[in-house]
Amino acid sequence: MLKSFSRMLLGAALIGAAFVPQAFAETSINALFMAQAAYSEADVRAMSEAFTKANPDIKVNLEFVPYEGLHDKTVLAQGSGGYDVVLFDVIWPAEYASNNVLVDVSSRITDDMKKGVLPGAWTTVNYDGKSYGMPWILDTKYLFYNKEILEKAGIQNPPKTWDELAEQAKIIKDKGLLATPISWSWSQAEAAICDYTTLVSAYGGEFLKDGKPAFQSGGGLDALNYMVTSYTSGLTNPNSKEFLEEDVRKVFQNGEAAFALNWTYMYNMANDPKDSKVAGKVGVVPAPGVAGKSEVSAVNGSMGLGITTASKNPDEAWKFITFMTSQATQNQYAKLSLPIWASSYEDPAVTKGQEELIAAAKIGLAAMYPRPTTPKYQELSTALQQAIQESLLGQAKPEDALKGAAENSGL
Amino acid sequence: MSGSWMTTRAWLLMLPLLVVMVSVIGWPLVDTVRLSFTDAKLVGTEGNFVGFDNYAKMLSGSNFQRTLVTTTWFAVISVAAEMVLGVLAALLLNQQFRGRTLLRALMILPWALPTVVNATLWRLIYNPEYGALNAALTQIGLLDAYRSWLGEPNTALAALIVADCWKNFPLVALIALAALQAVPRDITAASMVDGAGPLARFRFVILPYLVGPLLVALVLRTIEAFKVFDIIWVMTRGGPANSTRTLSILVYQEAFSFQRAGSGASLALIVTLLVTVLAVAYAALVRKAAGSTA
Repeated sequence: MLKSFSRMLLGAALIGAAFVPQAFAETSINALFMAQAAYSEADVRAMSEAFTKANPDIKVNLEFVPYEGLHDKTVLAQGSGGYDVVLFDVIWPAEYASNNVLVDVSSRITDDMKKGVLPGAWTTVNYDGKSYGMPWILDTKYLFYNKEILEKAGIQNPPKTWDELAEQAKIIKDKGLLATPISWSWSQAEAAICDYTTLVSAYGGEFLKDGKPAFQSGGGLDALNYMVTSYTSGLTNPNSKEFLEEDVRKVFQNGEAAFALNWTYMYNMANDPKDSKVAGKVGVVPAPGVAGKSEVSAVNGSMGLGITTASKNPDEAWKFITFMTSQATQNQYAKLSLPIWASSYEDPAVTKGQEELIAAAKIGLAAMYPRPTTPKYQELSTALQQAIQESLLGQAKPEDALKGAAENSGL
Repeated sequence: MSGSWMTTRAWLLMLPLLVVMVSVIGWPLVDTVRLSFTDAKLVGTEGNFVGFDNYAKMLSGSNFQRTLVTTTWFAVISVAAEMVLGVLAALLLNQQFRGRTLLRALMILPWALPTVVNATLWRLIYNPEYGALNAALTQIGLLDAYRSWLGEPNTALAALIVADCWKNFPLVALIALAALQAVPRDITAASMVDGAGPLARFRFVILPYLVGPLLVALVLRTIEAFKVFDIIWVMTRGGPANSTRTLSILVYQEAFSFQRAGSGASLALIVTLLVTVLAVAYAALVRKAAGSTA
């Protein structure tokens, strides 16, 4: 019995040994990305293939989840050591740093990176003076408009202020061109917070003051009031309250929205005649401002790539991140997401065919307003999502809803 | 063979299963109980002992009471509808007609579909801009304009219940259909000779054979419906304005989104307790029903 057992062990060892050489020749890293907005899944796969071609000893396993699953999947995988590289949103470094999810990579960032990358991009990955990754997707919400519909309505220029946007939408509605001209992503999700933050920045509001909620009054309240008025006056597509960004894109591409707030990626997608009814009619400008308060408005919707503390191959992971965020890679795939590198915005190879987008980006990216930096962000965001939807549905007055959110925010 | 040897043998035969059950269900359960008395975070800190604080906080919060009501509504209505639909479908499929075998096989399809696929499918049907339901209802004139089924609090839960029913009534139908095979033909024939109408036949001849199996279906479905998570998470994520947030979603948010493993565990145990109470009550019912028909 014992003998046969030891023979079995020997057999197992031999089989194991047969696999070892291969395992040594190839390091394999797991990376988590999102299948939504910014770079498409096809783009990320192509970039990753280029990386493996240049580094044949590193194998990259890619996984894609919807944005809504990205945070939870990252955190849950920590226990099992699932991912080496994760994509993270600008709102998570505080929490990830406090809970030791991401590795501090400050010492890995070179001077060339520091000099070349747009200064604003670093806010995406920094928390408490340390860097937890490389910025990768530099993004904000722009105001997209349908040039044909504006022309039919006799409107010369896209709106410069949010009030002007409402006036123009009213003209379009009254002329019978569209019943509900504006589309937003106000589903009970982070997307709604991004639209809200854009308006908060326009009205000069503040999320937190000395670590305590400050959105219940001033600009924070003005922002929600604007949303509610736009919704109840019938200028906003009522389905907005169950839309995510992809729904907004589909509505806009079908020519059913004169105005829409969305990320960079919509520009080239809505301009693709294969998929879009409004190709060639897509206008894009920075989101408007508020008279006397702001010229333009913008939310920081950037994302970065970081190494998890569970990774056993941080060097290979960093190599991969460096490749994905390099200027060469980003310039090559600059259609759905714009580069983090300052000089790219002057490079004809990048700007060609999307001059309007680049012009809007130069202003919009410089005006990016952050969502609050706090380890309790998820709770705050969940409470605010509820407040926004309750106000839209008329279940609560905006001031009461925001007060409730402040109490439930955990701050 | 003596009785004690029978008992020993039974335990011995069950031992492998028991070992597996204790390690994959028992141990995590014990650990969850331990966690529920701490302020542990999901990652990072192990947490300190906080007594019943988590339980007190969870039970007194307005979120808990509201989601309990939502969950109860969801469970009661969807299970009731599934039972009625399931029995009706079973009675139909028990008739002799051409194509019966094909229909019986087709009926299983919704139930065999992964819940996430089912949820995605219904989300497309309910889509406010190009959904099939809106198109169908406006074309036959029942609706003036397209509606946002999942975006309005008064329709969102109902829309979810319909989607859940469509997926789960086949299970009830399957159980009922199997039970119907046990109804002796001579009794139904005799009742027809005696002049019993279809309703009376169902009530006095067929139903007694169905009660036991249907109670089992009721137990299974109620427990499942009470724990509902995936179909809602995919379709509304608990929105609009948390009107479709169920207990399981609340547990998920607490434990995973907010990373408070301690209070999340206490909430999960409260839900487990509620489901256990339901299960025990039902089990008593089943025993009673079994006793009365035997």
